[in-house]
Amino acid sequence: MKNKIEISDLKVYYGEKPALNGISFDVHENEILGIIGPAQSGKTTLLKVINRTLEFTQDISVQGSVMLDGVDIYSIGDVYALRKQIGMVLPLPVGLPLSIYDNVAFAPRTSGLRDKVELDEIVERCLTQAALWDEVKDRLDSLGTKLSGGQQQRLTIARALSHQPEILCLDEFSIAVDPITTMRIEDVLKDLKNEMTILLVTNLVQQAKRLANRTAFMLNGDLIEIDETDVIFSDNPGQESTYDYVNGNFG
Amino acid sequence: MNNNTEITAEKMFTETDIGRRNRLIENVFKVFFFIMTCLMILPLLLIIGYLFYKALPVLSLDFLFKNPEDNMRAGGLWAPFLGTIYLVVVSLLVAAPIGVFSAVYLNEYARENWFTRIVNLAVVNLAGVPSIVHALFGVGAFVLFAGLGESILAASLTLAIMTLPVIIASTTEALKAVPMSFREACWNLGATRWQTIRRIVLPNSISGILTGVILQVSRAAGETAPIMFTGAVFYKAIAEGDIFAYNIIDQCMALSLHLYTISTQVPDVTEGIPYGTAIVLVGSVLLVNAAAIVLRVYLRTRKRW
Repeated sequence: MKNKIEISDLKVYYGEKPALNGISFDVHENEILGIIGPAQSGKTTLLKVINRTLEFTQDISVQGSVMLDGVDIYSIGDVYALRKQIGMVLPLPVGLPLSIYDNVAFAPRTSGLRDKVELDEIVERCLTQAALWDEVKDRLDSLGTKLSGGQQQRLTIARALSHQPEILCLDEFSIAVDPITTMRIEDVLKDLKNEMTILLVTNLVQQAKRLANRTAFMLNGDLIEIDETDVIFSDNPGQESTYDYVNGNFG
Repeated sequence: MNNNTEITAEKMFTETDIGRRNRLIENVFKVFFFIMTCLMILPLLLIIGYLFYKALPVLSLDFLFKNPEDNMRAGGLWAPFLGTIYLVVVSLLVAAPIGVFSAVYLNEYARENWFTRIVNLAVVNLAGVPSIVHALFGVGAFVLFAGLGESILAASLTLAIMTLPVIIASTTEALKAVPMSFREACWNLGATRWQTIRRIVLPNSISGILTGVILQVSRAAGETAPIMFTGAVFYKAIAEGDIFAYNIIDQCMALSLHLYTISTQVPDVTEGIPYGTAIVLVGSVLLVNAAAIVLRVYLRTRKRW
């Protein structure tokens, strides 16, 4: 299987405080990689390293390498192009204060796309992929910020898909979403897997079990274990702490 | 169950002594705070009412559109009124872009380091400098060093220096009111900082920014000290009714200085004239503030989250 992302010996410090202590793993193409672990384990930091938005934080240092399709992401010139290859969905839904249409068309427009027909096509495709099209197709002019939380999270996903990214990162996307919507989004992710590689950071271990092909368990900035999801959730994963975390014995 | 501890509906809704006392105290404080709030309106109403009462005999359209005559003992306010407008407009034309754009830089681009700390320190301290000190700086920097002489330009630049820190502060407030999550969402989509500012941050903070700028009109119009050494004069006759009567390298009259001189330097002025001058000054300032409020209310109805 082809590796989409190769991370080796990645260390991140916030000031003096380490957030990632030298982790190495690969992400396969067209897989859903679940990343689980308690708070402060470095999951969100990891995603921010991959799309290089960690650079907006003050006082950080990153060591090690992150290769995307064999290219070191810290050596590429156009960081904006990198971010456009990576869709990012954050824990809390963010509808931009624009119309639903403009929310989805935002990113293509920043790349200079002005053609109305093409934009229409992108908006419909992304909203459909995010399972939101049927609910909003008659009111694309209304504000994205006025949608319900679950709808806004699907809008966020539609926006993240608007560049046809090769990688989709989701950071605890279901934290502010009702269970029904969560299930709908999970179905969406199963379909999207055919088109892209998905990194799914989640606090719900059952979500990783349901969706992920492989699962990584992180703890205090270390990668404890990464393996097939079946193995991680079996009675004898590689590490005892993995078993304890997955079965709710600590945390 | 014991009768004393049993909670019945009747008992729950019967007022106890403590309940009565709490209700009394609650009402006392509510009334007290309300009275304090009313005290705030009182001075404004009294000032305006008193000014109107005293100024009534001289108020007319001619009072606004005629030059002062007979060594300020008669005539109107045209020259000082237009002078104040020139000073305010020119100073804001200078201060607003510099203030707004530097606030955008400080908020949206700059990282916290020694440079931004110094700039922020300068902003805070500049806002606290007394206006007479700004006046002396204006004399030294603009009138003498830059060779502008005593002129509308020199006086306006002095006013601009004075209003700049407040514009920076109010713009900063307006920018901070736009949630950080909007910016992060844009950056995650591969938008540059400028694209984020242009499409999300500015459209949603413009009402606050404009209000902050407009409120500086009243400060610039009211100040006397910064202009009296840098460009405003005791008397200068100009063409009546011509709004282009001043040249910005000329000196001008100004309402605030005019009010000061006719109240203290000129003997035997008709009593109504200083009060009328004050009414025109306060009235124009209130009018501009009202415009700011209307603009703010209008833009708030378009608030998008």
